[in-house]
Amino acid sequence: MWSRILRAGAAVAALSLALTACGGGGGSSSSANLADKAKNDKKLTIGIKFDQPGLGLKQPNGTYAGFDVDVAKYIAKQLGVDESGITWKEAQSAQREDLIKKGEVDFIVATYSITDKRKNEVSFGGPYFIAHQDLLVRSDDTSITGPESLTGNKKLCSVKGSTPAQNVKDKYAKEVQLLERATYSQCITSLLNGEVDAVTTDDIILAGYALQQPDKLKVVGKGFSDENYGVGLKKDDTQGRTAINDAIQKMEQDGTWAASLKTNLGQAKYSLPTTPPAIAP
Amino acid sequence: MFDFLNNPDYDLVGAFWTTIQLTFWSAIGSLIWGTLLAGMRVSPVPLMRAFGTTYVNIFRNTPLTVVILFTSLGLSSTLGIQLASSSSPTSLADNSFRLAILGFIVYTSTFVCESLRAGINTVPVGQAEAARALGLSFTQVLRLIVLPQAFRSVIAPLANVLIALLKNTTVAAVIGVGEAALLMSTMIENESDSLFLVFALFAVIFAALVLPLGLLLGWVAKKVEVKR
Repeated sequence: MWSRILRAGAAVAALSLALTACGGGGGSSSSANLADKAKNDKKLTIGIKFDQPGLGLKQPNGTYAGFDVDVAKYIAKQLGVDESGITWKEAQSAQREDLIKKGEVDFIVATYSITDKRKNEVSFGGPYFIAHQDLLVRSDDTSITGPESLTGNKKLCSVKGSTPAQNVKDKYAKEVQLLERATYSQCITSLLNGEVDAVTTDDIILAGYALQQPDKLKVVGKGFSDENYGVGLKKDDTQGRTAINDAIQKMEQDGTWAASLKTNLGQAKYSLPTTPPAIAP
Repeated sequence: MFDFLNNPDYDLVGAFWTTIQLTFWSAIGSLIWGTLLAGMRVSPVPLMRAFGTTYVNIFRNTPLTVVILFTSLGLSSTLGIQLASSSSPTSLADNSFRLAILGFIVYTSTFVCESLRAGINTVPVGQAEAARALGLSFTQVLRLIVLPQAFRSVIAPLANVLIALLKNTTVAAVIGVGEAALLMSTMIENESDSLFLVFALFAVIFAALVLPLGLLLGWVAKKVEVKR
């Protein structure tokens, strides 16, 4: 009996090794850098969020709108690819590194924070925006004015496993309770129902949700962390990274950057930054 | 290779302990409610039969994620049903945990009911007839004659249901119960450079939980089988 079990175990182990090998090894056929590839093919596949109002949101008519989408379009244009040559692909948070590594997308503009761990897997252009973890509360709530008012058994909501959720657990675990939900929209439902007192994540994401229901929700506007949003691309594609950085710099200088922020998120009761961040060396 | 496990934020034992607790309470609840449902489905009262059939068909055919999400967003968030005192410092976690158990019982009991009903069908009809002839009531026939034999013949299918339940508890992560799958999404967020290790780690621990359970219950099923 035991030999049979061992044999079955060995088979499972072999199978999982094969799967891992598939995941790590499979890459796109072209090894050219991003800038050359865009110039030759006139086509790009770009990963964005499909469900983030104000940043990357799929519209009912099938087009995409938001600040991240504008940044992606601008970069594509600088690389010589028209809007018609862009294929949009949904890049959910947990899949972003994998999409890039497997070559399923050329680059990703999807509220992608630059972290050291992620730098081991992918390269980052930018940052093109610095977000701060903030709080979204009901408009009539005056008891929450910033992180220092998170006392007395306040209830917060964020997406399960996300960095903002972990920040709350690390810093405010003794004072507040955290409800972890699958998506931010579910957190918003809980907030409007009064089940929680605030939703917490990056301010620019919260501003997008506040914009959808401006008379019911407001962003507190006192950030307590820095998240550098970058453009993710294949690791060690130095030329591609330089091209993306040039494009971002140009977008910031010619006023498109500020204009896009204003069109997408200007209506939210929340003061947007006016100066773009410096590109990381 | 697994040095990310040294991070004190990753309470692997605690997360799997929550998984086991979820499974334990849901299994007990499902067994009780599933047995009652099976009783209803074979009862002579048409109203109870209709209720049992409708209940099983509705909840067996609803995706578990929908059931679990409904307990949280529907029952708790919208209808305001709280299963924990809102003044307690852990009310949100307790509430989610209890709602998840409620959802698992509602869902898993339909499978327990159907397994058990199959078991009832294996008991020769003459036994129930003989018991009726002795003057036993319907509940007495079920309790004393039919169910004890039915249970002995469905240990193996019930073990399947239990194993499925243990793995289904990962769905509780969608309403923020701090079990294995929630810890896994935290690790995936932080350890983007060792995704496959994280997956493998959780797969191996789940296998380590399920394999002995399956072997043990398989052995019990053989032991208590009704020889006919």
